[in-house]
Amino acid sequence: MDRSGALFAVLAFLALAAVPAVAGSFGVDLVTKIMIYAIFALSLELLAGSTGLVCFGQAAFFGIGAYATVLLSPRHGPPSLVWMLPASVLCAAAYALIVGALSLRTKGAYFIMVTLAFAQMAYYVVHDTPLGGGTDGIYLATKPVLGPWLDLNKPLAFLGFTLGCQAAVFVFLALLLRSRFGRALAGIRVNEQRMRASGFSTYPYKLAAFVISGAIAGLAGFLFAVKDGFVTPELLSWHLSAAVLVMVILGGLGHLRGALIGAFAFALLQEFFQSEAIFGAFARHWHLGLGLTVIACVALLPHGLVQVPGQLRERLLGRAQRSATEMRNEPL
Amino acid sequence: MNVIRSLLIAAAAAVLAAPPAAAQTAPKLKVGLMLPASGTYAALGTAIENGFKLYVAEQGGKLAGREVEFAQVDDESDPAKATDNVNKLLKRDSVDVLVGSVHSGVAMAMAKVAKDTGTPLIVPNAGAAAVTGSMCAPNIFRSSFSNWQPGYAMGEVVAAKGHKNVVTITWHYAAGDESVRGFKEAFEKAGGKVVKELNLPFPNVEFQALLTEIAATKPDAVYTFFAGGGAVKFVKDYAAAGLKKSIPLYAAGFLTDGTLEAQGADAEGLLTTLHYADDLGTPRDKAFRLAYAKAYKVQPDVYAVQGYDAAQMLAAGLTAVKGDLTRKPEFDSAIENAKIDSPRGAFTLSRSHNPVQDIYLRQVVGKENKLVGVASKALADPGQGCSM
Amino acid sequence: MDLATFLIQCLNALQYGLLLFLVASGLTLIFGIMGVINLAHGSFYMIGAYMAYALAPIVGATFGGGFFATLLVGLVLSVLLGYVLEWAFFSFLYDREHLQQVLMTYGLILVFEELRSLLVGDEVHGVAPPEVLSGALPLGGLMTYPVYRLFISGVCLVVAIGMYLVFTRTRLGMMIRAGSTNREMVQSLGIDIRFLYRVVFAGGVALAVLAGMIAAPVSSVYPGMGNTVLIVCFVVAVIGGIGSIRGALLAAVLVGAVDTFGNVLLPQAAGVLIYVLMALILLWKPQGLFRAG
Repeated sequence: MDRSGALFAVLAFLALAAVPAVAGSFGVDLVTKIMIYAIFALSLELLAGSTGLVCFGQAAFFGIGAYATVLLSPRHGPPSLVWMLPASVLCAAAYALIVGALSLRTKGAYFIMVTLAFAQMAYYVVHDTPLGGGTDGIYLATKPVLGPWLDLNKPLAFLGFTLGCQAAVFVFLALLLRSRFGRALAGIRVNEQRMRASGFSTYPYKLAAFVISGAIAGLAGFLFAVKDGFVTPELLSWHLSAAVLVMVILGGLGHLRGALIGAFAFALLQEFFQSEAIFGAFARHWHLGLGLTVIACVALLPHGLVQVPGQLRERLLGRAQRSATEMRNEPL
Repeated sequence: MNVIRSLLIAAAAAVLAAPPAAAQTAPKLKVGLMLPASGTYAALGTAIENGFKLYVAEQGGKLAGREVEFAQVDDESDPAKATDNVNKLLKRDSVDVLVGSVHSGVAMAMAKVAKDTGTPLIVPNAGAAAVTGSMCAPNIFRSSFSNWQPGYAMGEVVAAKGHKNVVTITWHYAAGDESVRGFKEAFEKAGGKVVKELNLPFPNVEFQALLTEIAATKPDAVYTFFAGGGAVKFVKDYAAAGLKKSIPLYAAGFLTDGTLEAQGADAEGLLTTLHYADDLGTPRDKAFRLAYAKAYKVQPDVYAVQGYDAAQMLAAGLTAVKGDLTRKPEFDSAIENAKIDSPRGAFTLSRSHNPVQDIYLRQVVGKENKLVGVASKALADPGQGCSM
Repeated sequence: MDLATFLIQCLNALQYGLLLFLVASGLTLIFGIMGVINLAHGSFYMIGAYMAYALAPIVGATFGGGFFATLLVGLVLSVLLGYVLEWAFFSFLYDREHLQQVLMTYGLILVFEELRSLLVGDEVHGVAPPEVLSGALPLGGLMTYPVYRLFISGVCLVVAIGMYLVFTRTRLGMMIRAGSTNREMVQSLGIDIRFLYRVVFAGGVALAVLAGMIAAPVSSVYPGMGNTVLIVCFVVAVIGGIGSIRGALLAAVLVGAVDTFGNVLLPQAAGVLIYVLMALILLWKPQGLFRAG
């Protein structure tokens, strides 16, 4: 049983829920943004970490979710969350189905590049055709509401809603990975040939994982569009695909909490190095600090930031560090 | 350990997000600069920042009696992060005024936030039509240009030179499209015809295929819009393909602004239109150029002027309300009705808050864009879609 | 399109393709033989271009040499750089997962870009081609073709042939090919695989830097130039089959053709055509056009 992972999750979500009490309006904004990226990272974690399918086009599903939100929202009157959210998620999932069906024939680095190709195609459709509404982006007319109870226009309500989504996604994925389906994915990750040799048809499982991942990324895109009220073709660019991949690797592949940690660490590191209060005029060269930190993480933490408590435990308390295999068996 | 880690994450977020410890003392004015410090447009961001700060320094660091403080954010020319960056300036740094940006997509995000919060926004470069078009607002101003303006002016020039068939070439994005649209409007109104509109995806810089197309089409002239690294490459490729001698090239001034050093002899003699030239020779411009060169050890360019004038516009508004930004309608109308004494020549603002300015015809001589004449006097952007 | 124009477009496609090959060859080499995904490859291209700009006055002052002297100095420096980078950053990554390399090289991109900004600044620069190569050949009265571009194509062809010879005819090439298929066996045969990898990596870096230096007079030198080149390089490497030099050459010319003719015949879709090409080829041949070797 993955007790430490579950404990972490509970405490992390409690801490996030407490943020409005301690932080100002910027803090609420920041944490909301990071949580959206965390959901985005969780979607990639399902593919890259749990199934071993490294997708370099995740931003396409994110961007399609965001654009669907803006394009489907009516001109007047706030749309209802009840249909808006599923609609955006479905659009992203639909594209994921197409991309997955075509890409899963390839493996390894080729798979990575094919997913990139499909993401670039989506990017160019949005950037260059009238469908995307222009290269500079389009605006969301009104933010969705859920009847009289939830108005996503309000920052605190939105933070709560995002936190709820993040928790729901986390729990969903945790249960999914624990199920027979999740075990199949793990088997595919470890040795796909062996799975097939034992009579498992791996393709439907991979495709299902791909579609679920696309749907979750679409959810993150929906939340992003609602938060910003503005979407741009850059939401589908490979730079964003690379950034979310970096988050997941930084946090630690193979663990759901790795995606959360990676998203938070990446975002907070950027804030840290960009801070004029700490670095003064040198803050404009913040890429340097970020790059060096990333390199240091790779050098010192081969399994990502999830390793940190284990390493601290070892150094401070002298307890043996868990082996790589042991860590592998903790999907959370 | 997990407890500690969770708490550390929350603490870190809180520390970085906590509002500034000291309360804002009323007199200081906080200006939020949202400009690129990295990436392709970094040099433009620096020039705008320098221009803005030069004006403030010339006023002794104070505008309308209020000391000016700056908060800066690197927008990385990334529209996906733009809204978060603007909110950082507004909520974390509590700025009173927003100034930015270079990239149009970023400016669009800024415009939305400015419109929603009512914070004054002065755009010191981004030429997207929407900023003073569909997104126009009483508190949004532009100190630079609209993409349409230099294009329209050049359309008149090219028609006046007797050219009948023109091919346009640019990147397929809003800035390029709007510039060509402006050119086409003026050129076709004067009886010319744009026989082909070539474009390539942004930021692709492989021009050879399209240059061959141009050679095969044999037009009277070519109009183009490129900026930055692409502008350097295009000018060099155009000359290397032998087209410079046979088919005259006309462009919006960004083709040769800040790029002459890199383009060398290939740019010699090129005619461009822009709201600034390197040798206007007016006393105002001379004083500005001297002060800028002294402060920053380089010659100013159009971007520096735009930054400088953004500060002038802000000063005009602040002086009218004696530094009290709560008097928004007066502040807004003060800037709207101001006549800015700019190094480019005096200009006013249109109803949609875009500069109504002279567009100059310039020619490249050596390392300078020398003034040939005025291509279009007091040209105003139509401000389509603006309902103010 | 008439025949003359068509032929000129073919020439354009070939020249672009050959330059792409030069940049992509280093990537496919490092990827195929060492199994290292090097995202910083575009940065090396950028470093090459900036070297051509920044080293020229220094070389001129010290040795009195011109363009070719700068090229030589740049190559030597790049081999050193590649050697040091491999030793410092990559040598401990071989036992790690592929994705750790992605993260490491991502960090390197950020560091290189920022160092460039700190050392050379953010302005755009031009590099003049050497006098002897700055002429132009007339092409049927339509336009002229710069001699320098022919020079670039020539260099790319020479490099391609050179690589082929090294890999198939020399002992070093044989060891490298062996090392890519079975590391442990090569080590047990007494060959220092670490040294081999260092050589390959330095070679890959040198190829990218050479490409940047040679392309500088036509591409000009500006911030962010590495980014756009990087993605196209990966496309070329993947279409050709990772690790196959032959494949990279064919793929590069294919991409050059699709990009060139796409821009002219289908300008609305021009941005997406090479990705459609890649997707189609991978759906037909999921491992690229050629196997490694």
